[in-house]
Amino acid sequence: MSVLELANISKHFGAIQAVNDVSFSLEAGEVVGLMGDNGAGKSTLVKMIAGNFRPSHGTMHLEGKEIVMHKPAEARQHGIEIVHQDLALCNNLTAAANVYLGRELRRGIGPFRILDYAAMYKRAGQLFAELKSETRPRDLVKQMSGGQRQAVAIARTMLSQAKIVLMDEPTAAISVRQVAEVLNLIRHLRDQGIAVVLISHRMPDVFDVADRVIVMRRGRKVADKKIASSSPEEVTGLITGAIEQVA
Amino acid sequence: MAVTLDQTIAQKQHTFLSRLLANQTFWVVIAVILACLFLSFATDSFATSKNLFNITRNVTFVAIVALGMTFVIITGGIDLSVGSVLCLCSMVLAVTMHAGYSIEIGILATIVTALAIGAFNGVLIAYVGFPPFVVTLGMLSVARSLAMVASNNTVVFQFGPDHQKLLALGGGAWVFGIANPVLYMIILALITGFILRWTKFGRHIFAIGGNEHAATLTGVPVKQIKVAVYMISALSAGLAGIIQTGWLGAVTTNLGTGMELQVIAATVIGGANLAGGVGTALGAIVGAALIEVIRNSLGLLGINAFWQGTFIGGAIILAVLFDRIRNFRRSD
Repeated sequence: MSVLELANISKHFGAIQAVNDVSFSLEAGEVVGLMGDNGAGKSTLVKMIAGNFRPSHGTMHLEGKEIVMHKPAEARQHGIEIVHQDLALCNNLTAAANVYLGRELRRGIGPFRILDYAAMYKRAGQLFAELKSETRPRDLVKQMSGGQRQAVAIARTMLSQAKIVLMDEPTAAISVRQVAEVLNLIRHLRDQGIAVVLISHRMPDVFDVADRVIVMRRGRKVADKKIASSSPEEVTGLITGAIEQVA
Repeated sequence: MAVTLDQTIAQKQHTFLSRLLANQTFWVVIAVILACLFLSFATDSFATSKNLFNITRNVTFVAIVALGMTFVIITGGIDLSVGSVLCLCSMVLAVTMHAGYSIEIGILATIVTALAIGAFNGVLIAYVGFPPFVVTLGMLSVARSLAMVASNNTVVFQFGPDHQKLLALGGGAWVFGIANPVLYMIILALITGFILRWTKFGRHIFAIGGNEHAATLTGVPVKQIKVAVYMISALSAGLAGIIQTGWLGAVTTNLGTGMELQVIAATVIGGANLAGGVGTALGAIVGAALIEVIRNSLGLLGINAFWQGTFIGGAIILAVLFDRIRNFRRSD
């Protein structure tokens, strides 16, 4: 059974049809590259899965059960986590504080509860170790490299039992060496049985890490195939419209 | 020897000493101590118990309001209305008690007034999206005008049946001969420090100042917290107003005029960043202390009082300059 199943999802904003009749499914432990030119509908599609927008038409099933979400917090409760393109990190806080932002651990009795620094440092440290990232929980995020910042944002998605992690352009603004680091982080998520949707403009990244590629053009899904049976040339053709559609 | 990943992750990059040396508040403490030492040797009148009593007491009113302001500044906001709110709150207390009500009712009315003003500021800023500067600038004018309306612009110096209780509250020295206002300041500073460091609310205040958008995305109740910080700021002005009324034994409608600038100066000198995300309770107190010591010393050293503004302004610019220099080094 697939983790997430989208059936005939459409979204329009007034007269503009941003996403048009898109269906696909996600399996556990699968990395899917979602590609397309600017305005192809990738972000709108992902925002619907993340609970930011409600689809105009169509249904979403999570592990067989239909879900309707009104806000991002509900998506999170369903085990759908998103890594935002700007990572949504606070530079003035430590790595551990950022990982736990909005769901801080506390200890104490009743209303007299204080932040549990020790537990948060410890758990954040474990998550960084799982991600094989040299990130210190006590360091301020403002002192960190792009790869470490990604690790912080990704560790956030591992706090709860996430089933799906949506990543919006995680490799867009970082150095070549850090790109490799981020791709490794994605593989670690996959190895834990999490389904990862990777939105990216970068062909090499998608072909490096993804199992499957979905291509969108003008709001429609124009391809959904195994990476092994596709090629960068074909995907480029699909994105630009040189190739109309493939099965 | 190979260093394992776990060792790297567990490593603490900063020792206690390195963190202390990188801390603006620490350097301001040193400045205050050096200034005090210098003044003790340079003048006969500085290190007298009377003068020290004067300084500590003068510090408290600015310091208490600066504690509340610290919350606002950490979120990246500003509250220009505190001086006027202090005046209005003092006047509400004075007028209520003058009318024959007990001190308890007077204080309750004052606190309700302060919280209502804070809530008004906060709601306009958080929910309607006004810039904090504009809303609180408006309130600066409104609150002082209301204080004039409430008292018909007269001086109130009779506080009804509980007159003596109020004077004792502000002017007494109940514990070890320490002036009461100083005690209140210490208690409020401890509470502020605790909230900032140990509560979820405190953590979220820093998050909002660091990256408001990120705080929203991660589910921090940004709007409610913003309303709360402006209420805290107004409340601290109200409390300072109550204490100052008891201390002075009279309220005029020019009480707290220009105080907002001293308060903001104190927080900034103490290490808070007007861009948001940084600030401490100790910093607010120490900043207020430095300003007061500068003021006091100019008088004792026989320097014309007209120079006061220059020295205090210089201290503000210097404090921010240190912060800039640290940031330059970090970005290199």
